[in-house]
Amino acid sequence: MNPTSAMPVAAPHTATANSAGRIMATVMAALAPATLFAFWLFGWPAIYLWIVTIAAALLGETLCLRLAGREVAPALLDGSAVLTGWLLALSLPPWAPWWIGAFGGLFATIIGKQVFGGLGQNLFNPAMVARVALLISFPVQMTAWVAPLPISAAAAPGLLAGLHITLGGLPPAFDDIASATLLGHVKTEMSRGLGLLHILSASRVPSASLLGARAGSLGETATWLIAAGGAALMFLRIIGWQIPAAMLAGIAVPAALFHAIDPDRYLNAGTHLLSGGAMLGAFFIATDYVTSPSTPRGRLVYGTGCGVLTYVIRTWSGYPEGVAFAVLLMNSLTPIIDSTIKPRVYGRDRTGAALEPGK
Amino acid sequence: MGLFERIFKEPRWGVHPDDRKRPAADVPLRRLPPPERIYMPLHQHVGAAPRPVVQVGQKVRKGQLLAEAQGNISAPIHSPVSGTVAGIGEITAPHASGLGFAAISVDSDFQDRWIDTDPLADPFLLSPEEITKRTAAAGVVGLGGATFPSAVKFSLGRRLAVGTLIVNGGECEPYLSSDDRIMRDYAEQVVDGARIVMHAIGAREALVGIEDNKPEAIAAMKIAAMAHPEVKIRPVPARYPMGSDKQLIQALTGKEVPADARAAEVGVLVHNVSTCAAVHKAIRLGQPLVERIVTINGGAVARPGNVFAPLGTLVDELLAFCGLKVTPSRLILGGPMMGTPLVHGRVPLVKGASGILAFDAREAAVPKTGPCIRCGACASACPMGLLPLEMASRVRAGDLDGAVDFDLSDCIACGCCAYVCPAHLPLVQYFSHAKGELAARERSRLRTESAKRLAQARLVRLEREAKEKAEAAARRKAERNAAKARAAAEQGEPA
Repeated sequence: MNPTSAMPVAAPHTATANSAGRIMATVMAALAPATLFAFWLFGWPAIYLWIVTIAAALLGETLCLRLAGREVAPALLDGSAVLTGWLLALSLPPWAPWWIGAFGGLFATIIGKQVFGGLGQNLFNPAMVARVALLISFPVQMTAWVAPLPISAAAAPGLLAGLHITLGGLPPAFDDIASATLLGHVKTEMSRGLGLLHILSASRVPSASLLGARAGSLGETATWLIAAGGAALMFLRIIGWQIPAAMLAGIAVPAALFHAIDPDRYLNAGTHLLSGGAMLGAFFIATDYVTSPSTPRGRLVYGTGCGVLTYVIRTWSGYPEGVAFAVLLMNSLTPIIDSTIKPRVYGRDRTGAALEPGK
Repeated sequence: MGLFERIFKEPRWGVHPDDRKRPAADVPLRRLPPPERIYMPLHQHVGAAPRPVVQVGQKVRKGQLLAEAQGNISAPIHSPVSGTVAGIGEITAPHASGLGFAAISVDSDFQDRWIDTDPLADPFLLSPEEITKRTAAAGVVGLGGATFPSAVKFSLGRRLAVGTLIVNGGECEPYLSSDDRIMRDYAEQVVDGARIVMHAIGAREALVGIEDNKPEAIAAMKIAAMAHPEVKIRPVPARYPMGSDKQLIQALTGKEVPADARAAEVGVLVHNVSTCAAVHKAIRLGQPLVERIVTINGGAVARPGNVFAPLGTLVDELLAFCGLKVTPSRLILGGPMMGTPLVHGRVPLVKGASGILAFDAREAAVPKTGPCIRCGACASACPMGLLPLEMASRVRAGDLDGAVDFDLSDCIACGCCAYVCPAHLPLVQYFSHAKGELAARERSRLRTESAKRLAQARLVRLEREAKEKAEAAARRKAERNAAKARAAAEQGEPA
């Protein structure tokens, strides 16, 4: 008999064709429509920023793998670094300068992921670690939003002008398209003592089109396409329904409640769900396998926590948006959730004691 | 099965691998002519090995006792061919280690002459105890792969007053179709065997669970059971591991076997369809278990199918009978999910072997492992509700107690977790390793304890002996003194 059959191999002797790389590729495919829509909405600078961020994430990954003396190619091919860079790019202001993307991408894979030991080892979502680091370090650049300017519009920067914006910053010619996001605008105006009803009826409210043509990050605009991508992932059983449903409910329920109590101080649930990173967070960020619980009930707890914390941070803290902070806070609870909320084992009750045979 | 059942009644556990049962399952059963020499291992079951009762050079007939059962849990073996006992020695065991174990080899005279059997017209006139005795004498063990002596289970079922016999026709392992074949071709034997088992354990009904990917077997069994309303044919969804006792019991009765308890304690007993047919042969025909249907399948096999073969036949001979297209890259005894890899083909067919798979290079390719991405696929696939990813991370870190806290002991090693793992981690290997380590630790703890007990007993004994010696010395001294005093008194008593 030939020698390979003498190799000791443990059962099972057959395996799924699924792989980490395939999962990541599916997630990217689900993100693609929303990303393309956002590219169209914000033009070339957004495309350049996306490329720079992903390239930086890959660079950070490569550097660390080299330093650790590990094989580079299989780790890069699993797609996790690309996905991290991609998600980070979707959470940045679309016309942010190149170094924001570069710093963020490197930070995400080096500090957010590789220092913990690489794929599967990190406690916190790398993209959100990088986003929060950027937000705290460069608050000006990270809150410099622009109103949508579709790539097909005459005023939109072309291939070269777009490169100029990404590399050299926003030229004065485009000053008038600077805009706040809806959540940011509301936060600023309310801090001046104005009521919500007054703010939203004023003339200079940032556009908040339901279709997604609004100021914000790439992943904030294409809300419906993000949700559709998320639904596709659920259908393909890549993600469960628990985290997205619980997180959106965690935002919507308190939002609806407080809005009903005082509409002059609290935004309604619909605005909350369609603004900021709510959808991107619920479907693509909080659902990150590595940093979220692995049981259905644990995921419900985790998702609810992400949602409620997002609402609390948006409403009562100094930041207009809270998805990144909420997800990171809940990431830190994941190990505890996983060791306390376990599924019921066959033949045992919830406490782990054996069932009574007489039952 | 309607959409409602599909959505709401389909089990949430398990996996659905490509079953690859056809075309092998549809090929008519073939019979292997008696090989030149068979190697009948002594130890083919759970429990103690039997003791040989034949001598080298002795003429034996087919079905003649070769070794008798020893102890409470054991089973005898019988000669699968007629001929001459050629030797009693070692042969490679059907185990991944490739270590040897004892076997009796018999040279066939190609006559296939049976012993004088005494067929029985009505087994239901026999007492359950007598049926149990005859089943034990025929060497019938669980043929689904568990190989637990069937008669021991009969006695257990009677003692615990089991009401329901579950006949396991699940055969959820991909590639295998030996149970499918026995139900298609020998449905009457299976049903009759099930009724005899019911009689032996005192059960009121028999539920035959058959996965719905075997419509021909379901149809044949329904016809065979038509005259016996107490034998109910129950199709179950095709989902691995439906053929596992605990999962099949739950699917058929809704009952859950408590942890660390036996199925009989919830009033059910599970026997495989092939076991039932073997009981039929043992009781009705008086034939001991000497042959079985085995599936020969895999990409390297030229004419895959099921073969009726004498036990003790070498795997190589079975493969040669079905033809090989290419040199197999891996040989497996059993199914691909739980089967044992064989180191070579000079290994005998044993009672528990439902299949022999010869994989070609593509089937045998071992995917590269990657890091765990905590996707949780293993947890949703686990039919026991365990968290394989958590157990694995603890086993990898050497934290066996941590793994036990995640109920490692409830793992049935079905392989679902390792099958679905996108990182292709050898999870079952981790768990088997950990269970082995724990068992070794337990043994060494028992050894230490007994050594401690012995040491303590010795101390107590030495103390007692010293005390007894001192007491004896004191007594002697006292006696001496008393004697002296008496002597003095006698002397001091002059006339």
